[in-house]
Amino acid sequence: MAEKDPAKEKRKIKSVKKMKDIMTNYYIDAKMAEQNGKKVAWITSGGPVEPLIAMDVIPIYPENHGAMIGASKMGIDLCQKAEVMGYSSDLCSYARSDISCATVNGGPIGGLPKPDMLVCCNNICGTVLKWYEVQARYFNVPLFILDTPFCHTQFLPEARKYVHRQIEEYIVFLENACKKKMDHDRMKEVGRLSVEGQRLWQAVLDTAMNKPAPLSAFDAFFHLALIVTLRGTKQAVDYYEGLLAEMRERIADNIGAVENEKYRLLWDNLPVWYRTKWLSDKFAAADTCLVADTYTSAWCGTLKYIDENNFIESMAEAYTRIYLNIGVDEMARDVVSMIDKYSADGLVMHSNRSCKPYSFGQLDIQRIVREKRGLPSLMIEADMVDERFFSESQIETRIDAFMEVVKERKSCTR
Amino acid sequence: MYTVGIDIGSITAKAALLQDGRLISTNLIFTGYNSATAGKKVFSELLLAAGMNDTSGIKVVSTGYGRSSVDFADKAITEITCHAAGAYFLNEKIRFIIDIGGQDSKAILLDEKGKVKNFVMNDKCAAGTGRFLEVMARALEINLDDFGALSLDAQNPAQISSLCTVFAESEVISLISKGVARENIIAGIHESIGSRIVALAARTGLTTPLMVTGGVAKNVGLLGALEKALGFKPDVSKYAQLTGAIGAAVLANKL
Repeated sequence: MAEKDPAKEKRKIKSVKKMKDIMTNYYIDAKMAEQNGKKVAWITSGGPVEPLIAMDVIPIYPENHGAMIGASKMGIDLCQKAEVMGYSSDLCSYARSDISCATVNGGPIGGLPKPDMLVCCNNICGTVLKWYEVQARYFNVPLFILDTPFCHTQFLPEARKYVHRQIEEYIVFLENACKKKMDHDRMKEVGRLSVEGQRLWQAVLDTAMNKPAPLSAFDAFFHLALIVTLRGTKQAVDYYEGLLAEMRERIADNIGAVENEKYRLLWDNLPVWYRTKWLSDKFAAADTCLVADTYTSAWCGTLKYIDENNFIESMAEAYTRIYLNIGVDEMARDVVSMIDKYSADGLVMHSNRSCKPYSFGQLDIQRIVREKRGLPSLMIEADMVDERFFSESQIETRIDAFMEVVKERKSCTR
Repeated sequence: MYTVGIDIGSITAKAALLQDGRLISTNLIFTGYNSATAGKKVFSELLLAAGMNDTSGIKVVSTGYGRSSVDFADKAITEITCHAAGAYFLNEKIRFIIDIGGQDSKAILLDEKGKVKNFVMNDKCAAGTGRFLEVMARALEINLDDFGALSLDAQNPAQISSLCTVFAESEVISLISKGVARENIIAGIHESIGSRIVALAARTGLTTPLMVTGGVAKNVGLLGALEKALGFKPDVSKYAQLTGAIGAAVLANKL
């Protein structure tokens, strides 16, 4: 066996193993749910998970599973299966791979545990509505839809009332499905833990303000899993406390995610799951760290709207005003403020064939960033799971040329 | 000092030789299936034509899709940066480049020093590239070199709406079967490429003076279509196809 490079070993994040263990146990628990008398709910990535935790229902995220399918390069096969079933190749690759995977129990973990109910929140996109309807018919289980009106420029009082009323209905739905009453004290505690977890996640991401950044967006894509799946649990809080401590230690020891960080970029949109390593190595070879991204920060981006002492009411606003449910001007403001916060030298946008709400408006955001900060930006056309939409040599040339521009520009301003 | 730029494109390989910043020789061959061999050949032929036997001390920069296969190059630089340097070398006033190559089209915005300020490349598809024209020429059974001149006779350019090369080819075949005159079909193809590339350029902050580079700049019909879509006549150098190689040689001078 080849000798391990000590510098490379030093840069490895130690919490990775803990995270892998937690996620493995989480999926084992979920698969054993029926035997253990527990219920399983499938929920969309932007959906309010806290009431599920409070009701002791195991939340399962088909989108997290989609990411795993992409990362294990099983996307093409499952997407093609869905196409054989009659779904269009233009449909989101998470939806395609989930719909086909359910029928064959394929994918990296042999399929997801069967749901007892489905919870669908359309704050992330409209595709989830039909996707979850398909699965509700397939598994013959009840479906709850939480409709969060799009916030073009503002969040109106009518919207607050409308969403809040639905959250009350959501709790009734869960009480009926679980045949037990919600324990409101427990719900308060879960709300508090959710806020604490989100604060810690934000603090972890904020450590990338340091030069060199102790973690990159590629690391964040991995460590994100818990704030998505186990938000509102003590386990998530404990994990992020540990991760934050490790990041602070790395800062103290001057350990960066990229060996010789000279350039810092901001990433927009979902990861290209089957190419994260390739992209990470490609940028690292150009002494470049992707220091932050709009995707992983979405799971703590609405903290400002949450009142932890009044979680149920304030979550109506927090879940409605997430990054994908606001107008392009507000998204662009968020991007510009992240560029400033993390001292980014440029912007890399993934035009993601699957995710229309995320990719629509990117050209405008690109233009606004150019006008406000004069920074170069790059558009990579790909897909988060379906590798057929990734063309290596073309993307490589675009990245190389973009890095030449970033370097030239930085050497002029130095 | 001698510097050489080698541009290995998807269709042709180009080389340019500079002596103390003056262009003294160029060469162009087909890339074929082996870009490493093409790189060696285009280089040795270039030096032979210039009567140079000794390659020591010559600085070489490679560019284009096959840039990394030129193993004797001192550095590989992308065609975006090289086209900018090449266009600036040919005309210092140029602030914008439209480059139409074999498998890529690019819009590049330059600053007053000829450095790249911003660039956009076509979507990952062949529409609006040299390869697109090759496919169409084959469908029409016309030599690509005659394509441009023929289209100048068009009275009524056909409408080609498909953005996909394969679909556009079937569109062309159906136009042929409808009996549409060849020159009108060719002019339609040129107009579809022209409007597509000008839209790309508009996204990049289109400005003037504007130069068209790349092998497709030899096509007078396409230049006419570009002029129509732009609303003004673009600058074209006789070295259009060699711009990337020249730029690479210019940048080799700074190594």
